[in-house]
Formats: sequence, C-alpha cells, structure tokens
Amino acid sequence: MNRSSLLAAAALVALLAACDGNDDPGAPVYGANPKLPAQESGLLPSMKIADPAQWGGKKPNVPDGFSVTAIATDLGIPRQTLVLPNGDILVAEGRGGGESAVRPKDFIAGVIKAKGTTSVKSGNRLTLLRDKDGDGVYEERTVFADHLNAPYGLALVKDQLYVANQDALVRFTYHEGQTRADGPPVKVTDLPSYINHHWTKSLAASQDGRFLYVGIGSNSNITERGMPAELDRAMIWEIDAQTGAHRPYATGIRNPTALAIQPGTGKLWAVANERDELGPNLVPDYLTSVRDGAFYGWPYSYWGQNVDPRAQPQDPQKVASAIQPDYSLGAHVAALGVAFSAPAMGGRFADGAFVGEHGSWNRNVPSGYKVVFVPFRDGAPAGPPVDVVTGFQENGKTFGRPVGVTVDPKGALIVADDLSNTIWRVTSNNRTPTAEAPTSPGTAKP
Amino acid sequence: MAAVIDERPHYRPARGIHPLHAVLLAATIPLFLGGLLSDYAYYSTFDIQWSNFAAWLIAGGMVFTGLAVLSSLIDLARARGRRKQALLTFVLLLVTFALGLVNSFVHARDAYGSMPDGLILSVIVTVAAILATWVGFSSLRVGVTP
Repeated sequence: MNRSSLLAAAALVALLAACDGNDDPGAPVYGANPKLPAQESGLLPSMKIADPAQWGGKKPNVPDGFSVTAIATDLGIPRQTLVLPNGDILVAEGRGGGESAVRPKDFIAGVIKAKGTTSVKSGNRLTLLRDKDGDGVYEERTVFADHLNAPYGLALVKDQLYVANQDALVRFTYHEGQTRADGPPVKVTDLPSYINHHWTKSLAASQDGRFLYVGIGSNSNITERGMPAELDRAMIWEIDAQTGAHRPYATGIRNPTALAIQPGTGKLWAVANERDELGPNLVPDYLTSVRDGAFYGWPYSYWGQNVDPRAQPQDPQKVASAIQPDYSLGAHVAALGVAFSAPAMGGRFADGAFVGEHGSWNRNVPSGYKVVFVPFRDGAPAGPPVDVVTGFQENGKTFGRPVGVTVDPKGALIVADDLSNTIWRVTSNNRTPTAEAPTSPGTAKP
Repeated sequence: MAAVIDERPHYRPARGIHPLHAVLLAATIPLFLGGLLSDYAYYSTFDIQWSNFAAWLIAGGMVFTGLAVLSSLIDLARARGRRKQALLTFVLLLVTFALGLVNSFVHARDAYGSMPDGLILSVIVTVAAILATWVGFSSLRVGVTP
C-alpha cells in the first residue's frame, strides 16, 4: 500500500471511531423542568441493543419489604394487563407493526434492533390468569379470546371489555367469573393502521364510561415516512363508547404508549415516548396529564417550543401553540406502562404512578429497563422517580423488559415482561388486607 | 511518424482497461449523480421520497465503488508500465468510497436531518467519482505502451 491510501484509510477509521463516542452521557434528566442539552447528530446514532439472556432462576430486584414472583411464563409476548373486579388478570399478548423497509437504513436497523427483542410468535390473544384461593399463585390459566390482531390496550366498563387491537377498537361482553369470551368481539371503530410504525394502541376509559381514549403513535421517528403517513397519528382519540365516533383529544404526542385515569380527579394521564437521534439526553420521554385540545409538539418541536429542524417544512404557528408535558422520565427510557397506585400498595408507594420502562436502544449507557414510581402530592408529580423493580439488565445481559404495569387494588403491582414472556407480581411482605381501594387504571367503575 | 517507426522494435501490445473494471467504474457516476439530483430535489421540495431515492442511489454507487476499488487493487498489483496511473485511480476510488460511506451514514439520518450535509457530500462524492473514472479510463491505451 502507498502512503496516501494508508492515510485515507486511517482517516476513515478515525472518523468512524470518533462517532462511536464512549463518553458517559450522565444520568437522564427527570422532573418538571428538565435541563435539555443541545441537539447532537453524530455520523452514526449511538446504539446499545439489549443482549437477551435467560433469567435462569434469578428474579428482578424489588425494594426491601417486597417480594416478586412470576405468576405466568411462556406467554406470547405479553404487553398490557388488566385486573378484573374478581381479581382475575387479563394479559394482552402480541406483536404488531411489520412495516416494510423503505431505506437501506431500515434493513440494517431492523436486523440490529430485532436482536434485543423476543423471537417468540405473536400470541394475538388475551390470556386470563386466576388465583383461586388467594395465595398469590395463579394456578388457572385460560385463553379468554384469540385470533385478535396485536391486542394492546385493555379497559373494562361495566360489562363491556374493550380491547385496542393494532387496527381496531373492539369489545366483548364480560360477566364476572368468565374465563372464555362468549364469542368473537364486536368492532367499535377502526383505528389508524396504515404502516403502523408505532403500532401499539393504548386504551383507557373515562370514569363515567362514556368515552374511551386511544393512544395512537406516530408513523415514524421524525416524519421520515413523509407527512401524509402521519394523518391521524401521534394523537389521542376520544371515542364515544356508544357510537364509535371519535375526535382528536390531544395531538402532537409522538407515541402515547399507555394511558390511565387518575383516581379522584378522573383526569387522563399518559406516558409518551419521544423522538430519537438527537443525543443521549434528548428528547425526554414523559408522564403527563393530557389536556383536552392540547398540542404537544411532535413533529415540529419537543418539550414545548424546542424546534426540531428535521421536521420540514416547519410550522412556527404549531410550535408556538405547543405545550410542555408535566414530568420528564428521562430520554430513551421507553416508557410503555403507567398505572396509578392504590393505598393498599402502602407507605411511600401509596400516592403516585408506576411506570414501566422498556429500555433504550439509542444511548451508549442504557436507560430504563426497570419499573419506577413517580411520587405524587396534591394530584401532581412531586420528586424524582424511585426505582421499584430493577435487575432486568445486569453486566451487559438483559433478562427482561418491562412493558405494562397495573395495580391490583388488593395491593399488588403486575408487570408484563415482553422479553422473557413473563408476568411478574410484586407484593408487600407485610400486607394488610384493605376493604376498599380505588379502581385500577383502565378499569372504570361508574 | 518517423519516431514511431523508429521505436517499432519496442512495440508491445498492451491491454486496455478490463471490460469488467470499465463497467464498475462507469456505473459509479450515474448512481452518485442520481443521488445528488435526488438530494437537491429533497432539499428544495421537502418531499421525502427524493430522500429515499438518494439513499438507495448512493447505496448502489457504493456497491460499484467498492467493487471498483477491489478491481483497481488487482490492476495495481498487475500494473507494469502504467503504475502511476493505476495508483492514482486506486487512491481516487478509495477516497470516493470513504466519502461515500460518510455520505451513506448522513443519509441514514431521519428526514431533514440529512440536510444540508447530505447534499454537500453528494456533490463532493460525485466529483470524486467522476475524477476516479476519468483517470481510470485514461489508462486505456490502444495498442502501445512505452
């Protein structure tokens, strides 16, 4: 080899090494007023993909005074759960999406990211778990309904069980104690499903049961599939339970992956995943109360009026109208579950919201991969998030990835893990039975 | 003419550029140029499909540039009298490949994140490919080698 070609090769290697930067981005920024760093755009997005491993007898870590058990394993990709009035647990299982690759990047990124998820077949069903004798062992397991299309959001209103498939909102009639649906579901309304880049359809019912809220994620990271693909995306629909008619309740929410109704106030809350490839601490995923008619920025801006130049043509009027979410959970944590706590959870976990964090891919130092608790005071987040269930990732190996979280009003936290296909149940060791507790999120009792 | 006749005893039939190498070299220009034009279209219209076209055209250009680099390396190893030209072709192709790789990564950014860097790089890569091809084909000799 001659000198100049060697130089060229050396320059190339140096360039590639430089963009792979191993610098520690520091802790993710939390809270109501996160200090946002400047935007970064490296040559390659920093990627750290989960390296799956078996639990092998190990379990997630929970705080002192709490225990965790696996109440169901070998599921078909569990995502969200619902605790029914009699204590039975419904699990929505499935994998949606499956968009075609449009750019060379899509092929490469698709192969890389698939390494960090389960290879199990999509369940496309609801599994019912029952603890007959109340000893914490869910010995009965039945398929409540199958042949669904990537079911995700679940909500019960009186005797109607609503299920948000990736392409439609459907309902079953539910009688207490039922272990198998009477028949196929009835469609309430179609949901946007073209491309379905962010396919999960989150669901919550208003306290009076009149309305259903469905979270619909964007069809891209930041409009790289074009704006026409974003019609009816990145928003929360309010659907009339009777007629199926809908209206956009809030817009510009990039990916509202879980919804919950706050006990007491009846307000709608959401966790949302924000955009990638702007740096390790941009853009924070968030927990927020959802204001009727509000615009939360996507794609034009984030966290209020911080303009994202990748979305073109820009829309300064929309940017000016964008509002800030309530609470930053940290960038790239991938919050996929939210549930308000119940007094039965006890002590420091009595007032607040649990958030399931699936974990990052776009960060050198992974974030998320745990369930946190955001303490509330006077109906609003107060204080930094507290780790509740951890140990999903250790020494570079990933054993599980939390998705949906649900609070059993009797005093248990149910966590769906879509990597090890397990349902975890976290309980306090000195639990005193409580007579009456608020309804669990997603379960409206008018 | 006289000079040529004088040197007749030294005549030696020389190979021109190998047809495969020629095809590999020539293919880089339309692909990178197509990428450049698509980039310009995206830059000025914001229509995302042009950005997708650019990414694929550049990826195609990279395949041919990569093969041309290999081919020119073989050429370099076998070069006899025209070593300098073969070396220059090789270096230019290597530079095209390196810049093209950077350009590919820039084009992997989402939406307008590829701009304006992608457009600027596409201009540079296209010029580099034209230079490499020009020099590569200049080594073509019909009939004689010194």
